[in-house]
Amino acid sequence: MSASAEATVLITHAVGLHARPSVKFTKLAKTFAAEVEVAVAANGPWFDAKSIVKVMAAKAPKGTLLHIRAKGDGASKAVAALVDLVQRDFDEDADHARSA
Amino acid sequence: MRVEGIPASPGYAEGPLFDLDQPPASYKAKASTEEEQAALMSAIGKAVGRLAALIETADGDAAGILEFHIAMLEDDALSGPALVAIGSGQPADAAWRTALDSEIAGYEASDQDYFRARAADLRDIRDQVLRALNEEGEVAAPPGAILYGEDIAPTRFLETDWSEGGGIALKSGSTASHVAMLARSRGVPMVVGLGAPAAPTMGDALLDAEHGAIIFSPSPAETEAFRQSASAFADRLGAAKTFLTAPAVTKAGTAVRVQVNIAYPSDVEGIDVETCDGVGLMRTEFLFGKTLPDEETQYHAYCKVLEWAGGKPVTIRTVDAGGDKPVPGFTVEETNPFLGLRGIRLSLARLDIFRVQIRALLRAAIHGNLRVMFPMIATPDEYAQAAALFAEERAALAARGVTHKLPPLGIMVEVPSVALAPEDFADVAFFSIGSNDLTQYVMAAARDNAAVAHLNSVRQPAVLRLVAAVAAFGLEKGIPVSLCGDAGGDPATIPALLEAGLRDLSVAPAQLAMAKAAIADAAV
Repeated sequence: MSASAEATVLITHAVGLHARPSVKFTKLAKTFAAEVEVAVAANGPWFDAKSIVKVMAAKAPKGTLLHIRAKGDGASKAVAALVDLVQRDFDEDADHARSA
Repeated sequence: MRVEGIPASPGYAEGPLFDLDQPPASYKAKASTEEEQAALMSAIGKAVGRLAALIETADGDAAGILEFHIAMLEDDALSGPALVAIGSGQPADAAWRTALDSEIAGYEASDQDYFRARAADLRDIRDQVLRALNEEGEVAAPPGAILYGEDIAPTRFLETDWSEGGGIALKSGSTASHVAMLARSRGVPMVVGLGAPAAPTMGDALLDAEHGAIIFSPSPAETEAFRQSASAFADRLGAAKTFLTAPAVTKAGTAVRVQVNIAYPSDVEGIDVETCDGVGLMRTEFLFGKTLPDEETQYHAYCKVLEWAGGKPVTIRTVDAGGDKPVPGFTVEETNPFLGLRGIRLSLARLDIFRVQIRALLRAAIHGNLRVMFPMIATPDEYAQAAALFAEERAALAARGVTHKLPPLGIMVEVPSVALAPEDFADVAFFSIGSNDLTQYVMAAARDNAAVAHLNSVRQPAVLRLVAAVAAFGLEKGIPVSLCGDAGGDPATIPALLEAGLRDLSVAPAQLAMAKAAIADAAV
């Protein structure tokens, strides 16, 4: 099976794809068997979405249109899940809310 | 010069200070590229282990940063260039430094503040590994020394030879840390929270971990008084040892079961099974170290303890990760982890991981007298869900023809909702009161915060009242009730626990003798 999928998503998180979001992003990517890559431009360069070193190297700030593509088993599921994570602002708002 | 701190593990130690904070030694080159590469990988592993231990005491933000550092270190893309450089003849330390400096330069060149600031994280990561690489040449603490410094890593504790005494004196630290727990179970004296005294880091010192103090450069009079206290303590401990081999009975003739708490399967190697009534709590989160253990690893760990116990009961608690015990790849990052997704909540949210543990427990159950309990239960529904999962996995094992047995399933009483309404849980096989968490939740006082330590006592009337209510409910319904928190091993608290109606305590192995002696002295 050689499924493939691709999508773009706007990074709305205040500082972009930074340290903690990258941890979440790569952890999620690693749960899929498919080969997953990200880029900050449609024509690349493409970075391995399962490597935090590479994802951080993409240095994607807020307002970046992030390109995500996957190939192999569960490719479309992987892309959908990662897009969803970015759209949820990496669940960072809840983490930052300080309660009394 | 006497400095007061907080006792974390009772006992006395007299010996030379060993400075935990001394600067690292320099790197020793290896004979071959293979050894250089292995040295780098082992240093990275060491750094990851240290960071994982640090996460325990970090709050949400700090833990998030440490988790980022671990994720970077575990990424082959970071070590790759260094390994290549070693292959072409560079020593591990230079290769790592060059590879990381080039990453750092990449961040420094960014036109965005945020990414430029990450250069500091990369430098931190670089130095953590360099430190681990260099310390092979570092001197180990001499036997009998008092390890003195800001804080101590669990690995340092485990690498130290405690056979000739010695102790731990920390400027910060916590009585609830892993090392404190290890020190109590091994009987190593430990004091934390000494602050930052302008004291020497060399020379002899006296550590009084019964009352919580250290004396630097002691006078002859101080030494003499110290030795008297130490010998009185040793006498009490010696006298207590005579109680060790016999079943615990109070002055009034009331029998009390005394079991042990263990964290690692290997803990049982140092315990004579005849001295205890079983294992009242086997923690399983420490099996879940850097990686999630597979079914076979868990199965063998459980079997080892069950076989050691013979027919005596062994109560294994399903993984209680979260709170102050994060597990990479399992627990989630939270602002307030003690009130978050921990214990059974996390297990029910991560069924893939929970089911593996359940299968290992069902299979191990045929090797002894196993009981299983769930941590952090707050509602009857959580218990029902967990019990249903046991039933499902049991059916699946039966269908595959795998031998197994369904153990009695009980719950920890540590969330106040259970202690307040135990009647909602009348169908559980047993209750085990987790007094550390119950106390911190009832008193709203974090167990790892020295500033509220005075509130964090089981002897607070409200906590004792809940303990008594659960004990009474258990007695009425024929549901066994035990207690497995630190309070169970505290001679000063034992009378109050017996008064509250408890007849089953589970304590750290090193506290067995003192606990039995305290029981023998109780009037209940």
